Amino acid sequence: MKARITVTLKKGVLDPQGKAIEGALGTLGFEGVGGVRQGKVFDVELAHDDKEKAETDLTAMCEQLLANTVIENYAIEIL
Amino acid sequence: MKAAVILLPGLNRDRDMIAALTKISGRAPTTIWQTETSIPSDIDLIVIPGGFSYGDYLRCGAIAARMPVMRAVAERAKAGTRIMGVCNGFQILLEMGLLPGALMRNANLNFVCKEVELEVANAQTAFSNRYEQGQIIRCPVAHHDGNYCADDETLARLKGEHRVVFRYANGTNPNGSVNDIAGILNASGNILGMMPHPENLIEPAHGGDHGRGIFESALDLALA
Repeated sequence: MKARITVTLKKGVLDPQGKAIEGALGTLGFEGVGGVRQGKVFDVELAHDDKEKAETDLTAMCEQLLANTVIENYAIEIL
Repeated sequence: MKAAVILLPGLNRDRDMIAALTKISGRAPTTIWQTETSIPSDIDLIVIPGGFSYGDYLRCGAIAARMPVMRAVAERAKAGTRIMGVCNGFQILLEMGLLPGALMRNANLNFVCKEVELEVANAQTAFSNRYEQGQIIRCPVAHHDGNYCADDETLARLKGEHRVVFRYANGTNPNGSVNDIAGILNASGNILGMMPHPENLIEPAHGGDHGRGIFESALDLALA
């Protein structure tokens, strides 16, 4: 079973890298970019097909390591 | 008091920290590797030095914070043992949840390696009592992710409880930290996290010794 975890910065957390990317997009001539926030994607392969267990485990993985919940949100998608 | 330095792969300021503790206290600190599951009971000060533990992979300090030795550090933290994290050590303490907030990429996106000025914002802590309140000291910084941030409630609590120990002074904030925060304490006052490197300004060969006071305070050394 495969899963995709997306980690994004919480609203209001300053993102200097996103700001720099936004500036670079402007430099390239892309108009109308209202903002860019940088995040992370984790593709996780699980050695079983138990969807319920996967959701429990992936949530624990996010809480314990993959996301810093002080500044980041996470979303889990079973593929 | 007896000090211990935590060692992790990828740290690079551990030798400087060991040298500083040895020169200032006259006794070499114990070193504790990341796989250890306990901290000797006679240790009164645990220091997590700077560097790039685990290559800064995932988030600075994130993987180091989950190593076995950190469970022992967290237990000692709860028991009131003094703990000090410098630079990557500060990032690790935040990832462990022992201190509030987070350190983001520097606002100007550059790695900064230079000297800054710090205001001693609280001189009545276990780590800063050799300074005068409001004293300005020099201190080197060297980091890419030192931009302290926290929600408004946390910032208000830090301020109200006088837990900001050091602030960047005189316009020398090198990373965009909110409220010029350079170093903070936990609520019970036994844990300090700071981005600047006091271990690199402890003797004339370094060009000054303004960093000594932090170690003299933390080690309860007799006043000279």
